[in-house]
This record gives sequence, structure tokens and C-alpha cells, in this order.
Amino acid sequence: MLDLQGYGPRLIEGAGVTVQLAVLSLLLAIALGLLTATAKMSRHWLLHGTATVYTTLIRGVPDLVLMMLLFYGGQIGVNAISDILYYSYDIDIYINFNAFAAGVLTIGFIFGAYMGETFRGAFMAVDNGQIEAGKAYGMSSALVFRRIRFPQMMRHALPGLSNNWMVLLKTTALVSVIGLTDMVRVAAEASRATHEPFVFLIPVAVAYLLIASVSEWIFARLQKRYDIGFGEQ
Amino acid sequence: MKKLLSVSLIGLAVAAASSAQARDYDQVRIGVDVPYVPMEFRTPEGDLTGFDIDLGNAMCEEIGVTCEWIEQEWDGIIPGLLSRNYDAVMSSMTINDERRQQVLFSDPYITMPSAWFAASDLDIDEANEETLEGLTIGVQRGTLQDNYVTDNYSSVADISRYSTADDMVLDMDAQRLDIVFLDFPIGQSTLVENEDADYTIVGEKITEPKEYFGDGFGIAFRQRDEALAEKFNEALATLQENGTYDEIHARYFGEE
Amino acid sequence: MLDISAWFNDLLSGNLIFTSTTLGYYWTGLVTTTQLVFLSLVIGLVLAVPLAIMRSSRRKWISLPVYAYTYVFRGTPLLIQLYIIYYGVVFFDGIQESFLWPIFREAFYPALIAFTLNTAAYTTEIFRGAIKATSKGEIEAARAYGMSQSLMMRRIIIPSAFRRALPAYGNEVIFMLHASAIASVVTLMDLTGAARYVYSRFYTPFEPFLFVAAIYLCLTFAILFFFRFLEKKLLAHLKPQTP
Repeated sequence: MLDLQGYGPRLIEGAGVTVQLAVLSLLLAIALGLLTATAKMSRHWLLHGTATVYTTLIRGVPDLVLMMLLFYGGQIGVNAISDILYYSYDIDIYINFNAFAAGVLTIGFIFGAYMGETFRGAFMAVDNGQIEAGKAYGMSSALVFRRIRFPQMMRHALPGLSNNWMVLLKTTALVSVIGLTDMVRVAAEASRATHEPFVFLIPVAVAYLLIASVSEWIFARLQKRYDIGFGEQ
Repeated sequence: MKKLLSVSLIGLAVAAASSAQARDYDQVRIGVDVPYVPMEFRTPEGDLTGFDIDLGNAMCEEIGVTCEWIEQEWDGIIPGLLSRNYDAVMSSMTINDERRQQVLFSDPYITMPSAWFAASDLDIDEANEETLEGLTIGVQRGTLQDNYVTDNYSSVADISRYSTADDMVLDMDAQRLDIVFLDFPIGQSTLVENEDADYTIVGEKITEPKEYFGDGFGIAFRQRDEALAEKFNEALATLQENGTYDEIHARYFGEE
Repeated sequence: MLDISAWFNDLLSGNLIFTSTTLGYYWTGLVTTTQLVFLSLVIGLVLAVPLAIMRSSRRKWISLPVYAYTYVFRGTPLLIQLYIIYYGVVFFDGIQESFLWPIFREAFYPALIAFTLNTAAYTTEIFRGAIKATSKGEIEAARAYGMSQSLMMRRIIIPSAFRRALPAYGNEVIFMLHASAIASVVTLMDLTGAARYVYSRFYTPFEPFLFVAAIYLCLTFAILFFFRFLEKKLLAHLKPQTP
């Protein structure tokens, strides 16, 4: 049943690419989002300004256009830098992004902007008195972050985080348009070759639903964990 | 520095001229747009095969480098080369002046005409401004066929641009397209030899004007990689002499 | 300053990429994108209102099918939905001979159908959330006045749900504008399609994609300001009458 006219193994491989791509991009997006949220709350105008420009620009342009821009343009930018190094200083470094790395960087970069907004809202929701209390106890700011701000922030951030993850998961389908062999691309290729689109596209749609359902369950569990101590919500 | 030296020894005069960037290629990454039957395509198991693939691998073997094929959509294939996602493009790319401004071509390794294909019942003998009027023409985006059709017929006909040749065939079967314009062997193998439907070539194979249809297919390199292009030219000449080329040609196009 | 103006002149004079022909492509692209997004949003909205009411119904056989529909359309990528509708529709026997074919033959209508079904699913859930959030007091008051179920829906629940749904719906409109960029994969020359064409012809990613990115950005801001304005207006009108 999983043979699918010989395309089965490749579809499963493609599903693996989709999941890896989504998870790695999510991690990058969370890291970028935390940075952005911190920068946005900073009183320094440059940090604040950069973060605002980043979130505004990214959220104002379609993912696909950004992807094409970063995917095709990003390497050219990197090359320009390595060319300057080579011609001026005779340093021969060569950085090459393969399609997968470019996909992770691009999606992570896009969703970092959305995560930034989510985290900013969540940080603001943490009671300031608690942070002051932590400081009064002589905690370092790193410790305050780890013990007080982060766990409480997560409680507020989880719904937004889960929402962003669902959108991110579906966005990974777009990498098939720019040439990464995820499950959508394998399915589209197989549909064209065999002229039987339903046979390949519907299993892929079901796979997305499955991943979405599993992640919904995981997020529900996480929410329960971070809600501990706040009673029935 | 040792690396630079050894490469310039191999490349001799060429390398001396381009010593600004002589990289020691023991691995060459080649960009290719699949599927494009019978030039490059995947078997259902995912193995790359086709005329370009077999010839390219034979050339790499001849040069003594390992080759890695990297898939890339056609419309980004030259930018991908320039931005060093790979070192060469061997993907049924026609050598023409417009592209020569961007990339360096090897000697042509095969010549392919373009041709119009349509369902047999479309009933036109030749594609021109009158017969194409009001029809929907399919082309692959960014190909020389796209440029030719866009420049000559966009005022009389609708042009649909596709990412892959297979998309076009699917929409021909669906009757969304009236006529397509593509490389002759691709149309021949995907449309005319398709047993489920009745397609035929419309008019003659087309090779003129040269500003569009160029001088045959070549392997594209970055302008400064002259040494690498030269190696591939030498390998091509060797393969044509020793019969390997004919053998690969026969594998995909039958005996002449 | 001199440097910048010199650079700008240079940019325009030696320019192959921003010619009247390519600007023409961008213009048709803008028109196609606008039509596609506007039509799918309007039809999607019209579909979503009754669907949201059905989805809020306490009767399982009414609410479940709608839930299944929104679950599938919100849980899968729009790209897959577009592929299925665009490629799938031609496999219905005899569609080529039917009166529907002139519609499905064009890439525009399959794309419009996919976009409409997608946005209708999201909008349905947005409205359902808003209907669910209607305060109990309002409903009790309406009941106390002896309003029938349908009158209460029309006069009380729907108007206030609309107002609550407005910010989320504004996001959906922007989301739809951005999602429409995938229309170019089924040969439509929308804004992104125009950029892809120019890119493939001139082998340069920056100019075409930055240019359309700027256009999308302007459209996004226009939508954003429109909804801010709308919210202000509607909120002023529906503000509680307390002094």
C-alpha cells in the first residue's frame, strides 16, 4: 500500500525532509524571536529600531517572495563578501548553503519576526514585581531570566507559539517551489509523471493533518505543564 | 598556494590567464533541472538518468573528478550557477548570445532543434501569427522558447509559462493548452510517443534565428572558470573519438 | 548626496530590467493579484457567515461536517489544495466537454476556488470564536425581551460578533494577500509570477523580487490602515453608552 507506484519510499523521505525542516526552522525562529523580543523591549534606539524594522518588513511581504529573495539573493550576498575578502586580502573562504540549509535559514528568519511579537507580548505579561523580587533576593539577571521570566513567559507564549508552529509547518510546503525535495515536491513530481494527482497529493495532505494533530496534542501537554500553579484555566 | 600552483600547471596557458581564481576542483557540482525526458529525469526510485547525466558522468570520469548533480528549477538555474550553488550547468542549455553575457559555455555537445507540438485535431500546418491567433501556448519559463514566443506572439496568443516540461504535458492532456513550443526530442518523447493521446509536430523543426536558437547545447560555467571549461572540452573530444559518446547517444536516441 | 543622485541616474539609464515592458508585466500582475484576493475574500466571507452559525450549532450533525471542512482546509498547506483543485479537476470524466470547462480551463478559476475555500475555512473559525464569545448577559437580555432564536442571531449575536472578529479578520485579509503569491505555480501571472518571469529572463533576483516585495508591503499597510479605520469607526458606533 505504501509503494505508491514506486514513489512510496521517496515520499516518506520527503516527509522526513518536511519534518526536519520544520523543526530546525522552529528552533531558529524561537532563538531569533527571543532576541527580537529582547531588542524590542530595549531602551536603546538602535536595537529597538532594528527589531521593529525587521518584524514590520518580514510580516509585510509574502513568504514565497521572501524565500525567493533570500534563497536566490542570499548566496549572492555571501559571495560578494567572500569575493572582497579574496581579492583584497587573499583570504579564500568559501561558504555555500545547500538547499536545505538555505530553507531552514529562510523559514527561521521569516518566523523569527512572528515569534518576536509573540514573545514580546508574553514577556510583558509577566508581573514586574516578581522580577524585582528575584533581584531583591540577589539573583543575577541570567538567573532571573531562567527561573522567573522564562517559565512564566512560556505560559503566555504557548498559544501564540503553537499557532506560529502550525503556520510554519504549512509554509514548509513552499520550499518545493524553489527546488527543495520535500514531500510536496515528490508528490507533485509523481503526479505529473503518472498523471494521477489524487494518489499522491491526498496522502501528503493527510500527512500534514497527522503532523498537525500530533503537535496539537504535544502543545496541549506543554500548556498543562506551564499552567501548573495557576489553577484551572 | 600549492593548490594554486598545481592547477595552473594543469591548465597551462588558460590558467595563467585566469589565475585570479583557480580552484582545485576534485569535486564538481553540476546543476540540472529535472525532469526533462530523455535528457534528464528520475526513475520512480529516484535515480537520476538521461543523456546529459550519462554524458556528464562519463566526462567527469574522463577528467578524474567526482561529480555531484544538484537539482535546480530552470528559472533559477543561471543565478544558481553565478551564486556558486554549483560549478557547472548541464541541463539541455542552448548556447546563445544572451546567455554568453552571463556564463561561459563549453563546446556544444549536441544540437537540438525546437518544435511546435499540438493535438492532431488542432489542424494547423504551420505556426505563425495567423494560425496561433487566440490560442493558448505553453512554454517553460525562462527558456529560449519562452523568449521567442514572448517576443513574437504575445500580441496574438495567450502564453502560459510553466516551471517544468512535465507540467506542460499534463496541461496539454487536460486540454488547457492548445499548442506547446519546446525542444524537439522532449516533445517527441513526452507527447508524440505518448500512446494514450494523439499529438503531432506542427510544421518543421526550428533552428533559426540564431539569436534565439543558438548553437546547440553546452555546459555552462562561471566566466572565470576557464580552466574547468577547458577540461570538459578536452574530455568531450576524447569521448567523441573513442566511441563512448555514440554509445550514450544510441542509448537515448536510438541508432542514427 | 551627489553620489546618490549619480548612482540613481546610472541605475535608470543602463537599465534593462525596469523597462516599459517589464513594468507592464508588474501592472498586470498587480491587477491579477488584486482580483484574485478581493474576489476570494468576498465570496469566502459570504460563505463563512452561515458556516460559522452552523459550526456554533449545538446539534452535532450540523456542526461536525463544518468542523471537518475547516479542520482539513486549515490543517493542510494551501499549495496542496491548489494542486489538488488545479490538477485534480481535469480528471473528472467529461469535464472538458461540459459547460464548466471554459471556467476550469483558465488557471484563474481553479486558483480562485482554492483560495476561496481556504479563506472561508479560516473566516468560519474566526466568526465561530466571536459568536462563542458573546456575553451571556446579552443573550439573556434578548431572551427576556422575548426575541426568537433567529431574531436574536440577527440583531444581537451577529452584529457584536462581527465587531469582535474585525481585528482577526484583518489579519486574515493580509494572510490571504500573502498566500496569493503561490498562484504563480499554476501559470498565473500575478505579482510574484511577474517577478519570477523577469528574474528568469534577466538572471537577477534582487530587482524583481525587491520591487514586488515593496508593492506587497504597500498593499499590506493599506489593508492594515483600512482595518484600523474600520475598527475605530465601528467601535465608536458600538461603544457602551455609559458616560
